[in-house]
Amino acid sequence: MMSVGLVIAISFAYLALLFAIAWWGDKRAAEGRSIIASPWVYALSIAVYCTAWTYFGSVGRASVEGVWFLPIYLGPMLAMILAWVVIRKMVRIAKTYRITSVADFIASRYGKSPLIAGLVTLITVVGIVPYIALQLKAISSGYALLTTPAGTELPSVTQPWWQDSTLYLALALAGFIILFGTRHLDMTERHEGMVAAIAFESIVKLVAFLAVGLFVTYWLFDGLGDLFGRAMADEGLAQLLRFDHGASPFIYSQWFALVLLAMLSVLFLPRQFQVMVVENVDERHLKRAAWVFPLYLFLINLFVLPIAIGGLIYFGAGQANPDLFVLSLPLAEGAMILALFVFIGGLSAATGMVIVESIAVSTMICNDLVMPALLKTRRFGGRSGGDLTRLLKTIRRLAIIGLLLLGYLYFYLAGEAYALVSIGLISFAAVAQFAPAALGGMYWKGATRAGVLAGLLVGFGFWVYTLMLPSIAKSGWMATDFLEYGPAGLAWLKPEAFLGLSGLDPLTHSLFWSLFGNIAAFVGISLLTRPTAREASQAQLFVDVFERRGDQEPVFWQGRARVEDLKDLTERFLGAQSADRLFEEHAQAIGAESVANMPADARLVQRVETQLAGAIGSASARVMVASAVEEEPLELDDVVRILEEASQLRAYSQALEEKSRSLEQATQELKTANEQLKSLDRLKDDFMSSVTHELRTPLTSIRALTEMMRDDEDMPADQRREFLDIMVSESERLSRLVGQVLDLARIEAGHAEWHNSDVDLAVIVRQAADSIRARFEEKSARLEIKGPHQVRSLRADADRLVQVILNLLSNALKYLPEDNGRVVVTISDQPDGVTVTVSDNGVGIAPAEQAQVFDKFRQVGDQQHQGTGLGLPISRQIIEHFGGRMWVESEPGQGATFGFFLPRGGEDARANAQSRGERK
Amino acid sequence: MKKILIADDEPNIVISLEYLMQREGHEVLVARDGEEALEMISEHELDLVLLDAMMPKKSGFEVLQAVRAEHPDLKIIMLTAKGRDTDIAKGQALGADAYVVKPFSTRKLAEQVRQMLD
Repeated sequence: MMSVGLVIAISFAYLALLFAIAWWGDKRAAEGRSIIASPWVYALSIAVYCTAWTYFGSVGRASVEGVWFLPIYLGPMLAMILAWVVIRKMVRIAKTYRITSVADFIASRYGKSPLIAGLVTLITVVGIVPYIALQLKAISSGYALLTTPAGTELPSVTQPWWQDSTLYLALALAGFIILFGTRHLDMTERHEGMVAAIAFESIVKLVAFLAVGLFVTYWLFDGLGDLFGRAMADEGLAQLLRFDHGASPFIYSQWFALVLLAMLSVLFLPRQFQVMVVENVDERHLKRAAWVFPLYLFLINLFVLPIAIGGLIYFGAGQANPDLFVLSLPLAEGAMILALFVFIGGLSAATGMVIVESIAVSTMICNDLVMPALLKTRRFGGRSGGDLTRLLKTIRRLAIIGLLLLGYLYFYLAGEAYALVSIGLISFAAVAQFAPAALGGMYWKGATRAGVLAGLLVGFGFWVYTLMLPSIAKSGWMATDFLEYGPAGLAWLKPEAFLGLSGLDPLTHSLFWSLFGNIAAFVGISLLTRPTAREASQAQLFVDVFERRGDQEPVFWQGRARVEDLKDLTERFLGAQSADRLFEEHAQAIGAESVANMPADARLVQRVETQLAGAIGSASARVMVASAVEEEPLELDDVVRILEEASQLRAYSQALEEKSRSLEQATQELKTANEQLKSLDRLKDDFMSSVTHELRTPLTSIRALTEMMRDDEDMPADQRREFLDIMVSESERLSRLVGQVLDLARIEAGHAEWHNSDVDLAVIVRQAADSIRARFEEKSARLEIKGPHQVRSLRADADRLVQVILNLLSNALKYLPEDNGRVVVTISDQPDGVTVTVSDNGVGIAPAEQAQVFDKFRQVGDQQHQGTGLGLPISRQIIEHFGGRMWVESEPGQGATFGFFLPRGGEDARANAQSRGERK
Repeated sequence: MKKILIADDEPNIVISLEYLMQREGHEVLVARDGEEALEMISEHELDLVLLDAMMPKKSGFEVLQAVRAEHPDLKIIMLTAKGRDTDIAKGQALGADAYVVKPFSTRKLAEQVRQMLD
């Protein structure tokens, strides 16, 4: 055992740590550096689903019913598959209309009905109080186990209430939650600190549970194989690992009922709605939560069966309370630190639930039960009601204290009667009654307020009659006669075999009747009644929430209002500061000069009402706004008209958007075209500049020499002759250059004339070689031709091909060494065309320059090698015209090889491509 | 008699300039590219350089930039076939004494050289 002081000190230290995390989270939020804006924190906070009921109760249930603890966790896993569809819609609706609780969600959908809000809240309180009691019970039993000497009986709740430590635990928790959840004046703010603390608690309880799981499996026993092996050897234990119940076969209905129940409660339990919908920071976080939360559930359930089996083997069946195996096993082994850690894990599971649940439910009690009543009184309801923000806070705080005291009362009176798991299931079944109204309202515009009222009443009625009353009776608070024989002896009214429906377990039976009655009444009455204008308008807003955004949303309000009245109203519930900010934002959004000058139109009224809804719930907000303005009643015709106007506006703005998009596109295209033109212009400038340079160079020599011959009459004759020779060759260079520039321009512009015929490249090559052979001999260089004397013909311009080969040969000739110059031309006939290469043994071309040799006016090496710099570019243009390609290979010092490939039919292909291009 | 360097990669232009300067009574050295020009400027006591702007290896502008600081008194005339204003401004900014656009008048060039060397 451990000392009372130690356990209490550690517990409070843990709570203080939680509070520090929450305080830090709030501080960061105030600074605008949220720590909960992370999909991980979001997913972990959803794990508040796992309460002390999971932590202690799952092992308890598993040790009696084996694998039947599982459906409670399979349900949420299945629900998360639908997260992106259903939960995202809930989040979007809640955010758009500032909905802060599940009661408000349902009430808002059905015309902001205060009656529905109140009813949902009542059902919630009745259903949730036992659940809170369960958490208190878990902590209190754990505490008792830790602090009671081994071997003595655990004390039962027999001491007077003022001596019961559980009462003080409840009060301490209440104080803690008040500090946590209601510190802010602005009620509409999210509870960032709370979410951070809850996420932390989720980690603590998971780690603690895994720790005890590993301890039992690998310390007490030799792993899973050992545990399950021993279990299989024992008839009683082997039972736990099978899906059937003893002799009876697997009960599909019960399994299905439990999965469905858990699926619905993970959506509509007040605490789940709070963390999943109200506290959601970013819809995209749902994607992460959709797999992290199921993974969390998987991990925390991993060791449930091993611990249950381990406990049963260790203590012997019936010798110890299975609900407390997680604590009693380490205690019995003397692992005190682990036991304390496990206790803290249980504490975190319980406190996490109690914190979020009581914050959520206190909001509902305040907004949906207390405020409507208060606002009917003259003191608070009138226009001169004064600032109510402090009052709101006080109500919520009292509601928290009240809830925990109720939980304690339930624990005190009935806590010992039932196992943990049964209490939890009763709560789940109550909350499941919200599903038809909430889900139906999100997808079915025809659902009406009357239908929901009927459905909720019938469903809740069945829940009380078939589940709650029997559980009270079984606890010994009522005579059980009516259970066995039916009320007044009417057997068909037996609560657990209604209308003679027997053979189901009580929970499945109750769930069947309550949901069946609920849905039947909801759908039936909805079909029989017509929605009011207010209901119809809310139906539009909820069901079509994804189809609208921002200013295109229809505003269902008509009448007259004054800005001052609306501002006064806002100040009373949100405080002066928030009200100022809200009105200034609105003025800015609609482009008004000042708050005083802006129109008090439907949009402003709606905005004020939405903001108020965040603070006091949509039903109360509706009442308050109606009292502050002069409203004209909304008829169904008006709803239809407003919807039409909104859709026209939407169509109009879509058309505008489309137009602006196409304009943007046109601008973009123009920009690109302009860029292309500019770059073409630059290219042309560069070309002109190069041409000028190339023309001026020979002109310079010619002019200088001519002038000197003119000025210098005594110039010797041979000198004169040399100069004249230079002038002649420079003139030739000039005319060659002019010819080539024009040639290139014509080819590039597509104006060149092509005289195509069937040509034999082998013949062409020899023809060109013969015409240049003399120049090779002048330099005493050799020119060799390798390859066939005839190749299959292809269609091309023979003169142009001669020009190409001459270009390549004279190019090679220019770079040949003084001695032993040698050029080899090879011709090879290939299936799809002909390849010709011209190799020299000259200086070669550096790799960096190889890419540039086909650029205009780019001459490699120094200028001693006379040339226009246009020969290679023209040659390549010609080859490419016939669909071929030209390339160069070289290693500096080893000579260079220029080659080209001409395909057969290339000319046709090109002609076709061109004519296609023209048709475009 | 002054020592003049002709730096140009066009053989025929070099022949013309060589004849022109020799007729003016100067000793003429020839460089075929920018690097050769740099070497000769640092090796010989030159009076004037006729420097082509577009040469292999190193352009006339680069040569000008490299030698200007060390040889402040050396007369340098830039010769170029690109008559763009930006080129002329560039040459002047780098410290050329004159900027002559090809094709040039031999009389004027000879006159300019005479004035500079006086």
